[in-house]
Amino acid sequence: MSTTMASTFLRSIQKHPLMLYPTALFIRKNGVLYCTMKNTEVQTATQEKQKPRIKVPPRTQTITTNNVSKDYEAVIGIETHVQLNTLTKAFCSCPYNYGSPPNTSVCPICMGLPGALPVLNSKVIEYAVKLGLALNCKLSSNSKFDRKQYFYPDLPKGYQISQFDVPIATGGYLDLDLPVEFGGGHRKFGITRVHMEEDAGKLLHSESGSYSQVDLNRAGVPLLEIVSEPDMRTGIEAAEYAAELQRLVRYLGVSNGNMQEGSLRCDVNVSIRPIGQSQFGTKVEIKNLNSFSSVSRAIDFEISRQVQLHSQGQGDQIIQETRLWEEGAQKTVTMRKKEGLADYRYFPEPDLPGVILTKEYVDAIRDSLPEAPEMKRRRYEKMGLSMQDVLFLANDINVAQFFDATIAKGADVKLATNWIMSDIAAYMKNEKLTINEIKLVPQELAELIASIKGGTISGKIGKEILFELLAKGGTVKGLIKEKDLVQIVDPVEIGKMVDKVLTENPQQLEQYRGGKTKLQGYFAGQVMKVSKGKANPGLLNKILLEKLNAKS
Amino acid sequence: MLSTLQSPRSLSRFSSRYTLCTLTAQSPPSTSPPPPPPHSQILSIRHSLLSRRLSAAQLAESYLTRLRLTEPHLKCFLHVSEDAVLEQAHRLDQMIASSEEIGPLAGVLVAVKDNICTADMPSTGGSRVLEGYLPPFDATAVRRIKDLGGIVVGKTNLDEFGMGSTTEASAFQVTANPWDISRVPGGSSGGSAAAVSARQCVVSLGSDTGGSVRQPASFCGVVGLKPTYGRVSRYGLMAYASSLDVIGCFGSSVADTGILLHAISGHDRLDATSSNREVPDFASRFDSIDLLESKPLKGLRVGLIRETLDDGVDNGVVSVIRGAASHLEELGCSVTEISLPSFSLGLPAYYILASSESSSNLSRYDGVRYGDQVVAAELNSLYGDSRAKGFGPEVKRRILTGTYALSAGYYDAYYKRAQQVRTMIRKSFKAALDENDILISPAAPSAAYKIGEKKDDPLAMYAGDIMTVNVNLAGLPALVLPCGFVEGGAAGLPVGLQMIGAGFDEENLLKVGHIFEQTLENCRFVPPLIEHDDTPW
Ligand SMILES: [Zn+2]
Repeated sequence: MSTTMASTFLRSIQKHPLMLYPTALFIRKNGVLYCTMKNTEVQTATQEKQKPRIKVPPRTQTITTNNVSKDYEAVIGIETHVQLNTLTKAFCSCPYNYGSPPNTSVCPICMGLPGALPVLNSKVIEYAVKLGLALNCKLSSNSKFDRKQYFYPDLPKGYQISQFDVPIATGGYLDLDLPVEFGGGHRKFGITRVHMEEDAGKLLHSESGSYSQVDLNRAGVPLLEIVSEPDMRTGIEAAEYAAELQRLVRYLGVSNGNMQEGSLRCDVNVSIRPIGQSQFGTKVEIKNLNSFSSVSRAIDFEISRQVQLHSQGQGDQIIQETRLWEEGAQKTVTMRKKEGLADYRYFPEPDLPGVILTKEYVDAIRDSLPEAPEMKRRRYEKMGLSMQDVLFLANDINVAQFFDATIAKGADVKLATNWIMSDIAAYMKNEKLTINEIKLVPQELAELIASIKGGTISGKIGKEILFELLAKGGTVKGLIKEKDLVQIVDPVEIGKMVDKVLTENPQQLEQYRGGKTKLQGYFAGQVMKVSKGKANPGLLNKILLEKLNAKS
Repeated sequence: MLSTLQSPRSLSRFSSRYTLCTLTAQSPPSTSPPPPPPHSQILSIRHSLLSRRLSAAQLAESYLTRLRLTEPHLKCFLHVSEDAVLEQAHRLDQMIASSEEIGPLAGVLVAVKDNICTADMPSTGGSRVLEGYLPPFDATAVRRIKDLGGIVVGKTNLDEFGMGSTTEASAFQVTANPWDISRVPGGSSGGSAAAVSARQCVVSLGSDTGGSVRQPASFCGVVGLKPTYGRVSRYGLMAYASSLDVIGCFGSSVADTGILLHAISGHDRLDATSSNREVPDFASRFDSIDLLESKPLKGLRVGLIRETLDDGVDNGVVSVIRGAASHLEELGCSVTEISLPSFSLGLPAYYILASSESSSNLSRYDGVRYGDQVVAAELNSLYGDSRAKGFGPEVKRRILTGTYALSAGYYDAYYKRAQQVRTMIRKSFKAALDENDILISPAAPSAAYKIGEKKDDPLAMYAGDIMTVNVNLAGLPALVLPCGFVEGGAAGLPVGLQMIGAGFDEENLLKVGHIFEQTLENCRFVPPLIEHDDTPW
């Protein structure tokens, strides 16, 4: 019954872009940019930059504005909606799974049927407190829910249950480190507030545009809205703020933070002002930012646009409006002009009791918080790792945990970092696997590193073993034994092998002794071949040189 | 209007100064099985079924017969499920025949106000906007009734979404008062009150946001109970003003009302505002009538709210209420007049808060998911046209009022101030109930008035809610029970006494009400329409 009722057609509604949410409208564009990415793969603004992107024709104005923009500064604030990965929705017991067939995860409550009432899922509060604490916010011991009222077909009750004047968390900050390739540097961006609310459904528009359908699967899914202070100045800063927020919610396990699925959505506010001016310029809101790189590029475009208008004396054409980022055209376009402030007629939600946080409750959550990305980065830094390495390892909680576990097994920090960042990362990339999907476990990586360091096996053999471990698992010791890979460190044995090679290559030996010393490499290779790669390279070379240069 | 001393049937025998009937000593209860108290239809039915004196089918048929006879005059119901009632009655008879256990409400025909959702019957809220709407679930109160063996007979008429005091604001029909069919039954639960009054059913569910159970109970001469906010789950009640709405009970006796309340009370995990408090067994109080011999209410402190007897209240009503106070004194209570200074502020505060919440609660009736959708060229017209077509004038008036009160720039002056008044009222009731066990007042400033009399004067109609809205603002329980008559109609018009108790003290209200009712001799609140019906009530 629910299914048929919820998919009631909105007969004859024209597709009206001014009234539609970008998340509902532009999903189709997601695949283009990141079609090769796995859902679970961590994305950061940095990593995105390294991926091939659609070629965009260069704009002439960029050159102009780059010169002018030295006289202006941009002021950027971000509102981020994070969809919580609770088992059930915020106010009913429906599960939410992205991509389910329309209206298969609905009930009288999330459909807003007459007589249905919301009952709060306590996990929502727990997650809000977690994020509030992790963002260094002050928590409201006594907050409440409010109704935000507006009409839209994806909003079944005609109001959204949200928090208005008393959000659950306020006044925090987020620390982050800019990637080295963008000049690096540490940043601290203010957090104005974090509040709980429910998501809306989605509209599906017919091809002809003659009707729309409502999918209420997403209606009532819990969200946290995080409002930043207007502390960012560049597209990169904004994108890195969003990436850090994604990292944080993943570290905390409160959301999958997936931008393509809309689990993390950013709306940015951009204004510019002449350098030295304290008053803010007119701010423009930008929506439809489905990736960190689009956050960055949309902001940079918008800054250019505003600077150009301003420097041409057309500053009055910068109006308070909502603009859409068009990925294809790489520009922002007007979505709707704000005619006065929308009046949402907020009032306290009478169906839900107040939200009271006791000290014990908050303390228990604080005690269970995992190490935050910022703390991890500082710790890695203290281990002596470069910022490049630190960022790589801390970007993804799973990588960080793998690294931490490897170190905990006594592995050398630098060597562990190198293995993870080079061969393991390359393997994951080629095989399109996450670090949790590879067969290698931290304990064996530590064992591998120790075996090489201790001289049991050569680095070359180590690499072979590594790929074996990555693909099939098993133990280092087991593989060494099974394949008889223990390094040969007996000088007598190596000497015999050298002698054998020298004897078998008299011509080359002659040449060598005639002055063609480059042939040393050739001999070394041959000896190594004879040893089946097991000869200790240092010893091999030492003995080889001795024998080559020996007066015969 | 002058007060008359009439009880419809016993005018000649009446001797009190007031409209009251006299206190009588009850005969002591006989040995097992004890006869049910004379006023309880529910206990009588149970007795009849268990003693196999009557079958459930016979009982159901007798109610349905009366319903068929009276309904053309009264129009209490928007929907009657005759077949389903008989089918359930037959099933019950089979259970009894095979000596299966039967529930405490087995065979009891319950009518349900149409703003309370029922899975197998239409639920319109009295609104065009929900015409033909079939909910996929039962309201918790309805489910509990069904679980206890109760049989839902049908859905009763109401003012659209509970907004009104006469039931004339129903989109579908006007219900008549069984005492005088030219008069309104009150509202908004007019259908449920009239149906019990006319014995078309045994008991019924209503909803009370500002008096919608109590005022029609008074108008129709039945017992009406507005429980404490949170006592009964609101799940499945179409929200009008969520912070004020409660589901309430109607019965032809305090006992029946209490039994029904017991059935539907208690925490519900589907309603976050429902209370975790334990529900006392109200019903166990009703058979201790051997205590009535002398001063059974000795020591009970009763406060008569002075402001409810002020100007604007019908003289006849004042007399009846003063008579009721005397009766309580005769029962041993100490009655004092008390003042609730914030009383008159309740009405404006109520209309601001209720309208504000309703403007929000009724947003969901947008024609998108259910109800009638007007075909429109663009979205705003779809909303505007569907709602313009679906809602009646009173609902529109309240949505507009509430939207205005919540608007930016007006919120502080209206909604916020009304909330402050609400806090004041809560405090003044708390103080009065610290000093008194119960407070009493009329349930309405007048008895039932003529159909159409106040239809075009909303303010006059709103003013009629003065006796009841304060109780909703304070969230307290209140019992209304018939206590006398004023002149009007063929046989006089009933007047209800409102007893207000401390939060969650329904038990006390029911106990006092039961004793009051049992000692009102010769007052049979059976409307003339069915007076000659030979069913023993
Ligand atoms: Zn649901």
